[in-house]
Amino acid sequence: MELYRSHVLICGGTGCTSSGSKSIEEAFNEELAKNKLSSEVKLVKTGCFGLCEAGPIVIVYPEGAFYSHVKVEDVARITEEHLLKGRIVTDLLFKEAVVEDQVRSINEVDFYKKQKRVALRNCGVIDPEDIKEYIAFDGYKALGKVLTEMSREEVIETIKKSGLRGRGGGGFPSGLKWEFTYKASGDQKYVACNADEGDPGAFMDRSVLEGDPHAVIEAMAIAGYAVGANQGYVYVRAEYPIAVNRLQIAIDQAREYGLLGKNIFNTGFDFDLEIRLGAGAFVCGEETALLNSIEGKRGMPRPRPPFPAIKGLWEKPTLLNNVETYANIPQIILNGAEWFAGIGTEKSKGTKVFALGGKINNTGLVEIPMGTTLREVIFEIGGGIPNGKAFKAVQTGGPSGGCITTDHLDTPIDYDNLIALGSMMGSGGMIVMDEDNCMVDIARFFLDFTVDESCGKCPPCRIGTKRMLELLDKITEGKGEDGDIEKLERLAVNIKASSLCGLGQTAPNPVLSTLKYFRHEYEAHVYDKKCPSGVCQNLLSYHITDACKGCTLCKKACPVNAITGETKALHTINSDTCIKCGACLDKCPFKAIIRK
Amino acid sequence: MKSLEELAKIREEALKKVDIRHDREGTRIVVGMATCGISAGARPVLMAAVEEVKTRNLKEVIVSQTGCIGVCRLEPIVEVYRPGEEKVTYVEMNAEKVKRVIAEHIVNGKVVDEYTIGAAK
Repeated sequence: MELYRSHVLICGGTGCTSSGSKSIEEAFNEELAKNKLSSEVKLVKTGCFGLCEAGPIVIVYPEGAFYSHVKVEDVARITEEHLLKGRIVTDLLFKEAVVEDQVRSINEVDFYKKQKRVALRNCGVIDPEDIKEYIAFDGYKALGKVLTEMSREEVIETIKKSGLRGRGGGGFPSGLKWEFTYKASGDQKYVACNADEGDPGAFMDRSVLEGDPHAVIEAMAIAGYAVGANQGYVYVRAEYPIAVNRLQIAIDQAREYGLLGKNIFNTGFDFDLEIRLGAGAFVCGEETALLNSIEGKRGMPRPRPPFPAIKGLWEKPTLLNNVETYANIPQIILNGAEWFAGIGTEKSKGTKVFALGGKINNTGLVEIPMGTTLREVIFEIGGGIPNGKAFKAVQTGGPSGGCITTDHLDTPIDYDNLIALGSMMGSGGMIVMDEDNCMVDIARFFLDFTVDESCGKCPPCRIGTKRMLELLDKITEGKGEDGDIEKLERLAVNIKASSLCGLGQTAPNPVLSTLKYFRHEYEAHVYDKKCPSGVCQNLLSYHITDACKGCTLCKKACPVNAITGETKALHTINSDTCIKCGACLDKCPFKAIIRK
Repeated sequence: MKSLEELAKIREEALKKVDIRHDREGTRIVVGMATCGISAGARPVLMAAVEEVKTRNLKEVIVSQTGCIGVCRLEPIVEVYRPGEEKVTYVEMNAEKVKRVIAEHIVNGKVVDEYTIGAAK
């Protein structure tokens, strides 16, 4: 029996990998061999722990020491001090885990204290490339239970009773969707998984696939049994190479163990899975466009009805759910519907994974019970805004969502509350903005994205979003005219009402939402030709303050000769000539040039 | 694999290997592994302790190491912390003795007096 007295878990998610966790793994291998510890200490590469800001992360058990910002140079010290001599290297630990020289458990730090990890329960704990570790923590037990003890109707009833709602953003009751697909008639049915995750800044699904791919495989097999399908497809965006690789390894291992394929657990149930790669189109995250893409057609949405549950892939009934929705299924089967329904709020049960980004201290992935307030997420779990800046707004739901301001920070997070505020849950991206963000610029950023990604099929989206972007460009460049804001608003409302699919229907949300709460910023851009947050380049002017020492460096740097001044005397910038390139500001050694 | 029983067996075996990966309250067995400890032979003591805990399938027991405990001439030293009890320091340990300590003290709750620091010369 192989006997390791210590496990060293190294995060192998995309974030830490790009920060160099691979070289750290190699360094550990070397150091362990050098110190003859290779048969006592086991190195495990896991998925994402969630505290991405602190990466690369290494956790050593049994002590549970949480090392953060680990560099290759630190590995020798950790090996000699901690692994060989048993002395935890406190100065390399995550700062919050050390309180007055006492090492606290990582579960007690603010980031993890309020989290409840259900979909993410195995991420950062197991080696996703080893099916046995998944099995160790009750993996495939749910599938076994379903196939041998539960009828298809009982499975669907359980999911319905749990209150699980689609985690991809739609929030549609999952049990109901499963029931529709089950009841639909067809000689062949399919299950599919939406792993396209197109929202900028969202990486919840990526982390599940990179850290716990078997959870999705098991859930899809359970879904196949329930609705009556033997074939499943996982549509993963090609921009996720690590996730694709790990998922394929997991599928191969599951087949090897007889957990995919023919006659699973000797019950006569066949089920198999294939991966289908996306090709860089946001619209293919929309369910009907995704199905078209799997069929080999151009990713364009179809009108609904008929819904995919009735007519999906190749016109057959198809169940399409998001990665995170699936990740909850095995736990619901094992712990029961009441357990899941006991978490969260009345209409939004369970937990939700959020990707915290933007102006926030603890960037990373968090999973919290529904009903946790935005304030708790941003200021407690997220650690607040860096550099002492003031919070301005938080964008939820990506390019389909809206912003939420200080007045509503105490709103408990759930599907309906966020919609009531003019935003939406979306897939879980949460971008925090501070006083230095311009809300008009933010709206423009999201529109730029949706215009690029529009498939072009329906005029409201194809033409409408482009017109909105043109107006926003005009406004942020200082060319806004009286009437532009009203035009923008009218367009937004109409596009929302008439677009064929969710992309067009939600593209105006960032505009409508920022207009609702920050109309004064739009008006400042149009009427005062000013950008209050100091972001929109064309609305800023450069000035030289009296900190100027007359060194003439700026005058020499200016490409259009807009600066005049004698040596050792105050210089001035001619704002008509100035092209706002910023070269002078960069050159000034006395910080005498400001932008406002 | 074709049956739930086979799955359960794989689960049991695999769990023993990954069980170390969560925080636990409960008993801690700490082996002094500073230079004095290692040169006195603490490593086999540590490995024997880990093996015994695994063989007996003791949940809620962690085996970890620490640095120099201070009484270098009495190494290898093993300290046992049990919730609600005072720390017990065992000295001049070896693989056999630590197995006995686990059997009698950890499992049955009876301190092995003759191995403790109080009884040492």
